[in-house]
Amino acid sequence: MEHVLEVRNLHKDFHTKKGLLKAVNNISLYISRGETLGIVGESGCGKSTTGRAVLRLVEPTAGEVLFEGKSILELKPAQMRNMRRDMQIIFQDPFASLDPRISISEIIAEPLRVFNLYKKQGGERRVAELMDLVGLSKRLVNTFPHELDGGRRQRVGVARALALDPKFIVCDEPVSALDVSIQAQILNLLQDIQQRLGLTYMFISHDLNVVKHVSNRVAVMYLGKIVETTTSHNIFTNPQHPYTKALLSAIPIPKVGQKRQRILLEGDVPSPVNPPSGCIFSARCPYVMEKCRQQEPPMVEPAPEHTVSCYLVSDEMG
Amino acid sequence: MDKEKDKELQPSHPESGYAIEGASEQASVVDGAPHSEPVGRKEPKQRGQWAEVWRRLKRNRMAMFGFAVILIIVLTAIFADVIAPYSFREQNLRRIAESPSMDHLLGTDELGRDIFSRIIYGTRISLQVGFVAVSISVIAGGFLGALAGYYGNKLDNVIMRFMDILLAIPSILLAIAIVSAFGGGLVNVMIAVGISSIPVYARIVKASVMSIKEQEFIEAARAVGARDLRIIFKHVLPNAMAPIIVQGTIGVANAILSAAGLSFIGLGIQPPTPEWGAMLSGGRMFIRTAPHIATFPGVAIMITIFALNLLGDGLRDALDPRLKQ
Repeated sequence: MEHVLEVRNLHKDFHTKKGLLKAVNNISLYISRGETLGIVGESGCGKSTTGRAVLRLVEPTAGEVLFEGKSILELKPAQMRNMRRDMQIIFQDPFASLDPRISISEIIAEPLRVFNLYKKQGGERRVAELMDLVGLSKRLVNTFPHELDGGRRQRVGVARALALDPKFIVCDEPVSALDVSIQAQILNLLQDIQQRLGLTYMFISHDLNVVKHVSNRVAVMYLGKIVETTTSHNIFTNPQHPYTKALLSAIPIPKVGQKRQRILLEGDVPSPVNPPSGCIFSARCPYVMEKCRQQEPPMVEPAPEHTVSCYLVSDEMG
Repeated sequence: MDKEKDKELQPSHPESGYAIEGASEQASVVDGAPHSEPVGRKEPKQRGQWAEVWRRLKRNRMAMFGFAVILIIVLTAIFADVIAPYSFREQNLRRIAESPSMDHLLGTDELGRDIFSRIIYGTRISLQVGFVAVSISVIAGGFLGALAGYYGNKLDNVIMRFMDILLAIPSILLAIAIVSAFGGGLVNVMIAVGISSIPVYARIVKASVMSIKEQEFIEAARAVGARDLRIIFKHVLPNAMAPIIVQGTIGVANAILSAAGLSFIGLGIQPPTPEWGAMLSGGRMFIRTAPHIATFPGVAIMITIFALNLLGDGLRDALDPRLKQ
C-alpha cells in the first residue's frame, strides 16, 4: 500500500536549563493512504512533539519526513507553505486554538484567505459548506469562539483543518479536552469525514479506548521512542512489549466487581533529559535483564505488521 | 456651549445608560441564542470584523457620546471659517482682557482677540497635533514593539536597547532637540512630539505581543500556512490592542500638551496661530486679573480629552468580543 507519510529516524531535541531534552528520539513510522495511525503514550512521552515535528510546526533536529515520497524537511519556507495545503492539524484544546477576536466564519475562512482562494472558491459559500460538513448550524456564522461550547469549538477546528482539502491530518488529542458525551460525537465526525474525503490521520491520544475506536494501527510511545507498533486488533489481543501490557492493564473496566491482573509499574517515568541507558523502559520494567540496561534492544518483527523493541521478544525469536 | 452640555449629560449617564443597555441587548442579540430561530428566517450573512466592532460600539452609550463630541469637534475644525464670529488674529486693543459678553462669547485675550474664535480655529491645530503625533508614535512604536516581541532574541535586543536610549532622554528635551534642529512649525512639532513617545508604545506592544505569540491559535495560524506578517497583523496585534488604545487616548492629550510646551518656550507653533496649549500658557500671566483667558482653552483641551477617553474605552471593549456588558 502507498505510504502517505513516512518518518525515518526522527529526532527532536530541546535545549533546557537542565540539559538536552530528547523529546523525540529516533522514531520511524509510516502511514498508508486512508488509514489512521494511533499514537499512544503517557503525558510527556513526545506524542504531540512528534505530530508537530511531522508538520514542521517545530523543526525536527534530525531525521527524514517523507510526504507522498517527497522529503519535506528540506523544503524552503515558501514550498513548505504550499505543502500545508495537504497536511493539516487539529489541536487538543479548542479553547486555546481559536483566536478569540475573530468570528468563526473568519476562522474557517482563514486558510482560504492565506492561499488567496477565498474569492476564487466563492468564500462565503465554501465556509457554509464546511460548516455544514462538520455539523455546525448556519446561524452560528457570526458567533465568536467564546460563545460556543467545547464540542462546537472543536468542530470549528475541524472545519478549519478541512478548508484546504488536505490529504493528511494530525489529530493531536482532539477529544481529550472534551466531555465524554461530546467525545463520541467528535470521534464519529472525524471518522465520517475520513471516509467521505479519503483522509489519512495520525491520531495522537493518551486514551487507549479512543485509539482503539479510531485506529487501524497503533504505535506505543514511551520516553520519546516507539516501543511497539502493530494493528489496532493486535495491540489489544496480543501485546508484546511489557510497557504496552502495563498500559493496557490500566484501562478501567466499565463493570462492577470485575477484577483483572493490574501490572503496576514501579517508580516514575525517568526524566527525558537523563534517560536510562540501554532500553529506555529498563528502569521500570518488571522483566528487566542485565543486558537491557546496557544496550538498546533492536526493533524486531515477530509477526507481519507487528514491530517490537524488547529483548524478551527478540530472544524468543532467536 | 460644549462644556455645558457635557456637564448636564455626564452625571445622568451611568445609571440610566446601563439599565437601558441591558434591556435592549436581549432583544438585539439573536444569533448565538439557541431558542430564537423562526422557520424561514434568512440565514445571517457573514459579517466582517469591522462591522462587528461597529455594532458593538453602537451599543455603548458613553462611547457613542464621546464619538459624537469628537465628531462635533472635527466638524468645528473643518468649518472654522463659517462658525467663528471673528478672525483669530484680529486685535482690538481697546477691548483687551474683557470678560465674556454678548459681543465676545468667551471674552477677549490680552491683545483684544476674540477667545471664542481663537478656540475654534485652534481646534484645527490641536487636533492635528494630537492625532498626527499619536499616530506617528503608535504606528512606529507598535511596529517596532511587535517585531521585537514576535521575533525576540537579537532583533528584540537591538530594538529595545535603541528604545531605552530614546527613553533615557526626557521626551520634552528630545522634542526640543528635534525642533531646534529642523526648525519649528506645525509639521516638525508633530514629528518631534510623535518620535519622543515612540518608546512608550514599543514597550507596551512588545509586552503584550510576547504573551500572545505563545498561544496556540498563533500556532494554528502557522499550521494553515499564514505568513508572519499576516499572523502579526491579523492575530497578534488585534489581541494586543487594548493597552495601546488606552495609552493612545491619553497620548493625544499628552501630545497636545507637549506641543503647547514647545510653543511656550518659543519653539513650537508661532503666534498668532491659535493653538490651545499656547493660548493656555499665554493666559497664565493674567490668571489673577483675567482668569478666563487661560480657562477656556483649558476647558477645550479637557473636553476633547474626556471625549477621547470615553471613545477609547468603548473602542477597547468593542474590540473584545468576549466582553458582554
